[in-house]
Amino acid sequence: MTTITADHHGDHAHDHHDADHKPAFFQRWFMSTNHKDIGTLYLIFAIIAGIIGGAISGLMRAELAQPGIQYLQTWAQYSDGPSATLDQAYHLWNVLITAHGLIMVFFMVMPAMIGGFGNWFVPIMIGAPDMAFPRMNNISFWLLIPAFALLLGSTFVPGGTGNGAGTGWTVYAPLSTSGSAGPAVDMAILSLHIAGASSILGAINFITTILNMRAPGMTLHKMPLFVWSVLVTAFLLLLALPVLAAAITMLLTDRNFGTTFYDAAGGGDPELYQHLFWFFGHPEVYIMILPGFGIISQIVSTFSRKPVFGYLGMAYAMVAIGVVGFVVWAHHMFTTGMSVNVKMYFTAATMVIAVPTGIKIFSWIATIWGGSISFKTPMVWALGFIFLFTVGGVTGVVLANGGVDDVLHDTYYVVAHFHYVLSLGAVFGLFAGFYYWFPKMSGRMYNEFLGQLHFWVFFIGVNLLFFPMHFLGLSGMPRRYPDYPEAFAYWNKVASHGYEIMAAGMLIFFVNLIWSLAAGRKAEGNPWGEGATTLEWTLSSPPPFHQFETLPVID
Amino acid sequence: MMASLPPSPFDRERRNRRTLVTMAGVGLAMLGLGFASVPLYRIFCERTGFGGTTQRASSDVNVRAAVGHSMSIRFDSNVQPGMPWKFYPEHPTDTVTVGARDMAIFIAKNMSDKPVTGTASFNVTPTQAGAYFTKIQCFCFTQQTLQPGEEVRMPVLYYVDPKILADPDNRDTQEITLSYTFYPVEQDKKPS
Repeated sequence: MTTITADHHGDHAHDHHDADHKPAFFQRWFMSTNHKDIGTLYLIFAIIAGIIGGAISGLMRAELAQPGIQYLQTWAQYSDGPSATLDQAYHLWNVLITAHGLIMVFFMVMPAMIGGFGNWFVPIMIGAPDMAFPRMNNISFWLLIPAFALLLGSTFVPGGTGNGAGTGWTVYAPLSTSGSAGPAVDMAILSLHIAGASSILGAINFITTILNMRAPGMTLHKMPLFVWSVLVTAFLLLLALPVLAAAITMLLTDRNFGTTFYDAAGGGDPELYQHLFWFFGHPEVYIMILPGFGIISQIVSTFSRKPVFGYLGMAYAMVAIGVVGFVVWAHHMFTTGMSVNVKMYFTAATMVIAVPTGIKIFSWIATIWGGSISFKTPMVWALGFIFLFTVGGVTGVVLANGGVDDVLHDTYYVVAHFHYVLSLGAVFGLFAGFYYWFPKMSGRMYNEFLGQLHFWVFFIGVNLLFFPMHFLGLSGMPRRYPDYPEAFAYWNKVASHGYEIMAAGMLIFFVNLIWSLAAGRKAEGNPWGEGATTLEWTLSSPPPFHQFETLPVID
Repeated sequence: MMASLPPSPFDRERRNRRTLVTMAGVGLAMLGLGFASVPLYRIFCERTGFGGTTQRASSDVNVRAAVGHSMSIRFDSNVQPGMPWKFYPEHPTDTVTVGARDMAIFIAKNMSDKPVTGTASFNVTPTQAGAYFTKIQCFCFTQQTLQPGEEVRMPVLYYVDPKILADPDNRDTQEITLSYTFYPVEQDKKPS
């Protein structure tokens, strides 16, 4: 990456007397058009959603700690009344897995990665005063609130057997159409519509900002890799989300207006929904991880005090992942009855993605190689990311094989795989970015000891939680059931203990967060030293309310 | 590259608007493609036999039967829940010589006291046999109207294309199941 020096940094304190004039509380936070404030709102929203989604997984791990049904019937009494049946308890399980998936994907990872860090740092990193369409930015954020409210509200209204939408995050027909009477699934679908609209508006905003708002001299090939990652992500969002919108709109009309797009008893085909969903769903997993790639690139470079190895290769590897990501969707559908040739294509195309991903892993390691490394908290999270994402990537290559997938489809092996790339990949990327930019965003340093402790406790916790799932999946434990035979008891017990350790790690995070916000040491403009070369480190911490009123010039 | 000169705010606003409109157009196009996938998927399935979609031929095609190669055919019949019809094959199985024409009879009866019009969706399993299972005549090509209590015998004239014998994907195919699902339609409306 090109080292960027803004030729007027340090001038802000005396240059712009009104740059730091902030509007009053309500106007600032509820009518905000400032990219940094909207970024902060997104991060707060993502943390709240993450607490809810994480608590739901705690409920699930508690139930799964032992074979048999321990708590589910008691919980069902809260959701379906004192006379809740066993079937309603099972339905509650489906509601829990659905809510956990949707919340973590649409209301935690995406808002944090794109809405939070993207909003905060994309304009600053390209030397822009703000996003291209600040008001649209405001709409993007505030659309998330009703979307989230609809999803949470859906758990209190009937959704078939019991209350809530119990369709899984994939919302497959016919379970989501004829199989789920009642308004819960309609509310969940509408929630996806609104969250999707929010993301599409955000994506257009990012694309316009990155293409048009760069400071003089900031060519595309000088942009920091985090900006590249958000640019690719925004294009994926723009191309994938409308297809989801179309697919779930047809679900709504199938449910409510008697159409039969996905019903064979009416000339439709439920498999069409799966094709449409995964045409969106596969790019969606890259939408969740690509900004993480960008964050890791910045951090690895900063704390190795070296420019990223193979900058152009890194940028175009992300473009390649984005492009190829659109033509591999049916590897999620290997068991729907495809001919051998179709399976071969999707197997081969899926494996091709390992090549640009390998380029990224290699280049991160080559960046660290021979660097002057300091193992600050963001760096250890980034190293954790590289290691764990690679583990998840390897099991992904295993699952890419259509023949192997016939055996492993819908087992815990799949759960282990996507939690290694998302819960351990994307989430480690989020924490790495959070610690990296916390001083910049808040103006205060986090506590280094608590940050390191958080990392190690969380690292041990999530590995104990998710690694045994490989064993469970390989021995045939299916996903999405609250109960299992005795044979799976041991590793489920271990996984549930892993959750407890992970949760303890999260407590450390929140203690650190509150302590640092209240009493953390004041952070200087660039707390990371000469390795931090991107434009945000040329500003004060926190940056002035309006930055770059005179555009920086990049040489 | 685009931003080599500092643009005036006016220029930038115009350029931003243009990007906004272009990108919104891309989004709308993808939305349209999402909906267009319904007919596109149907055409794709009809052309390729994907998902077990059967083929159609006119009665004057001449196919040479592959004597000595026979295949077992099973017939499966369903009715959309709530449709007041009984619908079943006269014989649940049949054995045909590959390439030879055969006729199967399905029986439908309207159990209600109102006339009901229906049509049938169909496919075969294993799905890779769809490209070779060819119908010359089928009740599923049109709509059927049954008066109250009326019972009809409906023929399907079909053959299994001998090319199936050369297809490695169908090496293990010894039995093909032809499945129908009847569903009610409003009369004189094209079935969807």
